[in-house]
Amino acid sequence: MAFKTSKSLILGAVVSVASLSGLAFAAGGGVHSSYKMKHPDWSFNGAFGTYDRAAMQRGYQVYREVCASCHGLKYVAFRHLGDKGGPYEMEDFPNPSDNPYVKNFAADWSIEDIDSETGDVIERTGIPADYFPPIFPNDAAARASNGGSLPPDLSSMVKARTGGADYLYNLLVSYDAPKPKYVELTPGLYWNPVMDGNKIAMAAPLSEDLVTYEPTEVMDHGELKTIAPPAATVEQMAADVTHFLAWTADPKLEERKGIGMMTIIYLLILSLLLFLSYKRVWRNVKH
Amino acid sequence: MAGHPSTYEPKYAAAKWMDQRLPIIRMGADFMTFPSPRNLNYWYTFGGILALCLVVQILSGVILAMHYVADVDKAFASVQRIRRDVPFGWLLQSMHAVGASMFFLAVYMHMFRGLYYGSYKAPREVIWILGCAIYLVMMATAFLGYTLPWGQMSFWGATVITGFFGAVPVVGESLQQWLLGGYAVDNATLNRFFALHYLLPFVIAALVGLHVWALHHVGQNNPIGISEKTKEDTLSFHPFYTVKDAFAIAVFLVIFAIFLFYLPDALGHADNYIEADAMKTPAHIVPEWYFLPFYAILRAVPDKLAGILLMLGAIVVLFVLPWLDTHKVRSMRFRPVARWFFLIFIIFCFILGWCGAGTPDDVAIKLGSKMVDDKKVDAGITFYRLSQISTIYYFAYFLVILPVLGLVEKPTKRPDSITKAVLGEGKPAATLAPAE
Repeated sequence: MAFKTSKSLILGAVVSVASLSGLAFAAGGGVHSSYKMKHPDWSFNGAFGTYDRAAMQRGYQVYREVCASCHGLKYVAFRHLGDKGGPYEMEDFPNPSDNPYVKNFAADWSIEDIDSETGDVIERTGIPADYFPPIFPNDAAARASNGGSLPPDLSSMVKARTGGADYLYNLLVSYDAPKPKYVELTPGLYWNPVMDGNKIAMAAPLSEDLVTYEPTEVMDHGELKTIAPPAATVEQMAADVTHFLAWTADPKLEERKGIGMMTIIYLLILSLLLFLSYKRVWRNVKH
Repeated sequence: MAGHPSTYEPKYAAAKWMDQRLPIIRMGADFMTFPSPRNLNYWYTFGGILALCLVVQILSGVILAMHYVADVDKAFASVQRIRRDVPFGWLLQSMHAVGASMFFLAVYMHMFRGLYYGSYKAPREVIWILGCAIYLVMMATAFLGYTLPWGQMSFWGATVITGFFGAVPVVGESLQQWLLGGYAVDNATLNRFFALHYLLPFVIAALVGLHVWALHHVGQNNPIGISEKTKEDTLSFHPFYTVKDAFAIAVFLVIFAIFLFYLPDALGHADNYIEADAMKTPAHIVPEWYFLPFYAILRAVPDKLAGILLMLGAIVVLFVLPWLDTHKVRSMRFRPVARWFFLIFIIFCFILGWCGAGTPDDVAIKLGSKMVDDKKVDAGITFYRLSQISTIYYFAYFLVILPVLGLVEKPTKRPDSITKAVLGEGKPAATLAPAE
């Protein structure tokens, strides 16, 4: 009897929380009715989901060569790229600052600094400890270069929009969706059925073969494996950059899910033991 | 503790020495042997669960405060740093945010249990009022805490809520400025909110101390609402309820862990991952789920001040509930009419939550369609109308239904005692005793 009560209690708790969270989501939205959202089967979905290293690496290339002309990544440091769970994680380099990929990518950027001898503002090459530098010196400059619109920082973009990775992917691939006749666009605005309000100040950023994918090297069971590059279609690039930005928004996802699984198994065993203890303590007690 | 003579005997010289000076070990021992009704069900485990929630929030919060920077230019970035670079910061930050939701989930279960079993009735009015005070301070703490990450919803939520004070006649504007430390939500506001968010949990802890003290003075209520009469009606708190509470806590932690590790953002809002921007208002400013019913009550009337008074009234009415429900029977198990009204009350609380999340002018319940400007649109009951209906029921339940039922409702037959209820009538009481 006791067991039945507890089960209904748990069920009640789960249902009430689930329904309430559903309500919170209902407030979002804005996808135009003419567009059908695609829901890619992300490798990081689900309780055991992990990031696809090759996709993240290609995604970084798309970010570097396309997005980074306008969008910053200010909460991400170069060293993060080589962190556990990151796109360039390497077993031989537990300290990401030693990771050769990380060093190379950092050196790829120039960072504004102060010369400690003269006090002059100088530009130097990046080191792994640096954060991705701002693209524009300030917001006003960013607006001036982008027709009055501010390109948002992408560090947490996947978490900052209802729909997450699916939202970002669909935003990037839906530019050529048919535009209803009654929608009128002022210069500098583009039709996008996924964007809130269905108008976006960013021109379609991706086009076929915009980047030239190189083969990627990923660790697979302790061995370095080379993965052949896929064709650089709009969908492929959108999926890859979304994958990369899903990681920048949630870099601890793999650690979180791993610890979560152990914690829940532990708690379930603990619950069972406590239930049996309860049964034993109460065995001769009417209640 | 009244009716519970102390049975503690100090065994060691040091314990005896302490007992003569500060009988704190005795207090703990008496707490563990406190006679509790033998028929408490799982709804009575939420008290223990809530104590754990408070401890989790305080511990995770103190560590977060070591890394958090209360400055409008640095707050958002410091939370990002906690999530990305502080060892296990991602875990602590999620635990604290999800923990707030779990705290409210448990407190609502606890309150609904108290409402159903009449735990607010004599002699437990003070326990109930202290509980309402705890809930009120919890709401304040949660609101202040939600401001700290300095996301868009933090900022705009704080702007909307502090705007309420501006609606107070005559002194409203100066009151609002005094609270904010300026003309708008800014650095002064963030700093005082942080200071208060750190302070209030300890106020809650003190109130919890009084709540539990009052509980041990008058004894626990129980599902049949009939007071303990004999020793057979009770069981020692330990081991009987420590083990039952422990089991319930473990199950609760499983639910907590599922949200914490697999759905950390399910109860939050995506906009709070965008840094606060005073120049850009989000499309929908929505509070956290646990405030949605009150938000719906606030928006149920067109007048701002009236809405605020209604929202405050929705909480104030809980404080005076012991004097609104005049029925002499505590438990709704024996109140065939009231229990149905109670069930409807719960449903309306959920509907209010739904209305709080919705846009007032949107159609909530579709009843057909109509033509507006040559376009076919849904017609039916809007969230606005639905929240009005629900608000009326919410207040009617406390101000009309319970007082009237107190006069007219005939209770069903109640058992003579907890023992009789457990065993059924006419069976010998001897089989009740635990084996050892």
